[in-house]
Amino acid sequence: MLELRNVNAAYGNIQVLHNIDLEIHKGEIITLIGANGAGKSTTLMAISGIVPVRSGKILFEGKNISKVSPEKLVSMGISQVPEGRHIFPELTVMENLDMGAFLRNDAKGIKDDLDYVFSLFPILADRKSQDGGTLSGGEQQMLAMSRALMARPKLMLLDEPSMGLAPLIIKQIFEIVKRINKEHNTTIFLVEQNANQALHVADRGYVIENGVITISDSAENLLKNQDIQKAYLGI
Amino acid sequence: MDYFIELLFAGLTRGSIYALIALGYTMVYGIIGLINFAHGEIYMIGAFTSFIVATVLSIYGFPLLAIVIIAAVAAAVWSSAYGFTVEKLAYRPLRKAPRLAPLISAIGMSIFLQNYVLLAQTSDFLPFPELIPEFAFMEPVAHIVGSSDMVILVTTAIVMIALTCLIKFTKIGKAMRATAQDKTMAVLVGVNVDRVISATFIIGSALAAIGGLLIASHIGQINFYIGFLAGIKAFTAAVLGGIGSIPGAVLGSLVLGLTESFATGYISSDYEDVFAFSLLVLILIFKPSGLLGKTETKKV
Repeated sequence: MLELRNVNAAYGNIQVLHNIDLEIHKGEIITLIGANGAGKSTTLMAISGIVPVRSGKILFEGKNISKVSPEKLVSMGISQVPEGRHIFPELTVMENLDMGAFLRNDAKGIKDDLDYVFSLFPILADRKSQDGGTLSGGEQQMLAMSRALMARPKLMLLDEPSMGLAPLIIKQIFEIVKRINKEHNTTIFLVEQNANQALHVADRGYVIENGVITISDSAENLLKNQDIQKAYLGI
Repeated sequence: MDYFIELLFAGLTRGSIYALIALGYTMVYGIIGLINFAHGEIYMIGAFTSFIVATVLSIYGFPLLAIVIIAAVAAAVWSSAYGFTVEKLAYRPLRKAPRLAPLISAIGMSIFLQNYVLLAQTSDFLPFPELIPEFAFMEPVAHIVGSSDMVILVTTAIVMIALTCLIKFTKIGKAMRATAQDKTMAVLVGVNVDRVISATFIIGSALAAIGGLLIASHIGQINFYIGFLAGIKAFTAAVLGGIGSIPGAVLGSLVLGLTESFATGYISSDYEDVFAFSLLVLILIFKPSGLLGKTETKKV
């Protein structure tokens, strides 16, 4: 479904991604783990068209999307839940969700998806008319994921959903990630520092270090890999 | 007491006009963080456009109401075209430049437009046709509130309500608020930010043009320089209310208009501007974010 071939990306003169190769198949949950500053978020921003790709190709359903505008990518089916959630603080929960469906015109489908996200996160239905900025961190994460779902994405890019959340909430969020993947048939690309959690929900994983993909394997093998255990799992 | 009410209405009228211009400043600031110093000139161009259209139409003997409506629409469209073009030519190429660059570009645009109108039209004051008649039903209160004051107040109120509905309920309104609050995220949900910015300039310019028509017909004369003082006053009002805040711009404008009106009425008209800008200095000292503005907090 999504394929990165030899992708190089840079902020100004500082190159962040070096010849990134990775592949995501339809229906998978893929995780990209790595330390702070390794280039995880940049990878997602490059896929979403925010960070320009210097060279290489990003293929989505066979089409090269490395030069496609961010808004076009959303309508093609790629939605991102960025790091730090980026809730619109002074829009209500409902308006935040409306913004997720910004490019859609199918009132019926939007209504269905709204019901679906409220079934995933009933708390959001209670807080419908509250400003996004007044929600707790966990609720904001739920809202951010729901907002992305409102675009009915084929591929959801999830950046650090566990950041700053209590362990119990993290567990709940990852449960939901699995549910979204199964029930909504959404392919998920999950970027995490919390490698342990991420590898437990993912099918396969990639490890990124200093902008280079160093390891690619099934999640199961990565969990058993001693180097990974030492570097990312704290075992 | 009559005198007080007279001053009150004069102040509200003045404040309404400031508000129509101040909204353009505050909306643009809210979205791209730029003080659009050319905005006063957009207002001036609106006044000139309505002057030209109204003069031509009155030669052809159009009824007054038709003249007002056609002139208002023409001014709004023409000023919007200017606002749109100014943004595209002078600000968009500088979107990623340091903040000072577009600010200087805006000042340049302001000076350019003033001199362009000076050369294309005239440096003289032009008598503006009286577009608003004295209504018969206003006769009993005419010594306190003039018909044109009333028209200005009502028009401004209608425009404000329409704008509020636009911002609150329409898709473009939501996109404008979202873009103002988090530009990256707006892009990530599929908003075309360039288009939203253009829309903001167009709406702000149309409001200023309507202000231009109303004030020109109220005061009765225009020249190429009227945009400067009106622009500075409206900018003051926007800062007073908290720049970036739409209700703030309206409140700041009314406060400013009333202050000027009462100061002129009870003290001396020589000090009108002194009071306006003293008020600005005081607000900036004691509440730098303005009456309804939020203190900027950068979240980690």
